[in-house]
Amino acid sequence: MSLLTPNPGLIFWMLVVFLLVVFILAKFAWKPIIKGLKDRENEIQGALDLAEKTRAEMAQLKSDNEKLIAEANAVRDQILRDAKDASDRTIAESKDKAAVEAQKMIDSARDAIRNEQALAVSKIRKEVAVLSLEIAEKVLHRELKDKEAQEKLIEELASTARLN
Amino acid sequence: MYTHFKRFFTIALVAATCLFTSPVKADEPVQHEAQEVAQGVNEQEHKIEHKLEENEEKFNIGEMIMHHIADSHEWEMTHGVVIPLPVILYSADRGIEVFSSSNFHNEHHEYNGYHLVHGDSEQVVPVDESRKIYDFSITKNVASMLLSAVILILVFTSIANFYKGSKQKAPKGFQSAMEVIILFIRDDVVKPNVGPKYEKYLPYLLTLFFFILINNILGLLPGSANLTGNIAITLTLAVLTFIIVHLNANGNYYKHLISPPGVPIPLLLIMIPVEIVGVFMKPFSLMVRLFANITAGHIILLSLFGLIFIFQSFMIAPVISLFALFLNFIEIMVAFIQAFIFTLLSSMYIGSAIEEHGHADHGH
Repeated sequence: MSLLTPNPGLIFWMLVVFLLVVFILAKFAWKPIIKGLKDRENEIQGALDLAEKTRAEMAQLKSDNEKLIAEANAVRDQILRDAKDASDRTIAESKDKAAVEAQKMIDSARDAIRNEQALAVSKIRKEVAVLSLEIAEKVLHRELKDKEAQEKLIEELASTARLN
Repeated sequence: MYTHFKRFFTIALVAATCLFTSPVKADEPVQHEAQEVAQGVNEQEHKIEHKLEENEEKFNIGEMIMHHIADSHEWEMTHGVVIPLPVILYSADRGIEVFSSSNFHNEHHEYNGYHLVHGDSEQVVPVDESRKIYDFSITKNVASMLLSAVILILVFTSIANFYKGSKQKAPKGFQSAMEVIILFIRDDVVKPNVGPKYEKYLPYLLTLFFFILINNILGLLPGSANLTGNIAITLTLAVLTFIIVHLNANGNYYKHLISPPGVPIPLLLIMIPVEIVGVFMKPFSLMVRLFANITAGHIILLSLFGLIFIFQSFMIAPVISLFALFLNFIEIMVAFIQAFIFTLLSSMYIGSAIEEHGHADHGH
């Protein structure tokens, strides 16, 4: 029965020793240990979070880069296309212009030729008239003087006129 | 072989009857009691003397087991190697008296007006029966408890040094071994059962676990004290848990006791006493569980070893030693399990008392 009868002296010592152990361990052991464990957990969690964040940033950066490259490619293609268009247009324009110029030159040349021709024709007409008059005058003059001489003259004149 | 068994059982029966028929009759008049006690003490003394004399021939296993389980005023490492421990007595007339228990080593176990009575357990009784004394001796259990306290403080303050400082290193060696247990208690025992405010109770519960564990294990060593198998120790631990639970319990818990929700009023007549008994059953079960488990383990081991002395045969010794080895492993497991269960139930009781709302698990 003594087994089941708590001894008051033992209860007293147990209380004293156990409470002392609780207070000493709580102050000098559990507090730093629990704090250390928590710090370490936070540190690990922080490191994991940072890694996750860095990975997300890397992915973001990568996609940004890809977007930039795609944009640059698009811009380059645009520029090339624009340049080609511009050159094509310039070439076509200059071709047109040249054609127009040429036409214009041909036209003016044709006009000039026509004018010259007309001028020359009128000049020739005038000359012919003058020459005819002169011939007629000379013929008339010779006829009046000598018949032979006149015929000779007419022959002469005719030959010279043919030469002209 | 059969006669051995017969002898063993008769002795066990006699021991059991002695054990259960010797409660102190506290109700009787003081003087009469004093006389009777004195007579009883003398008779018992004579019996024990007699037994000691014939000890050479007869081996009383019940006495041996009780001697090993019970507390003592001296620490007997092995037969003949005895460390005397201080006896500290307080009485109203003489004040505090301190002397060594080796002073009782004389013809009548008597010193300075005190008598050391060897019953199931040792007890210091004043020769003058009218005096009332309080025994605060450093007994074997107290000495063992102090030893375990020193071990605990040394171990965990040295471990705590690893965690100090701004830059921590990776845990290694003994520190990581202890860290596993500390983390287990924190994450799997205290945190889920106590709830979000667990950190306030963590130091107590950790100390509780390691105190019970180290004393369970120390108790398994040969020549050591049976501390956690002592009802005074488990009583103190259970009462401390009880006090912590009821100091921190919220209104919800007390309201739950007086008016359990969803119970019809006529049933309250039964339910309220049941609830109130339940409140005291929790620490009682804590106390008895630890005490009974550890004491039972010690009794089984001691009985096994006792068989060797009963049979007095070299042939039986190896078999029993193997069996005892097996049981020792089980006892090591029990040491961990009981420390774990005490901590687990304590955290469950605390958790159910501080729970904000919802239905508490009463853990009957």
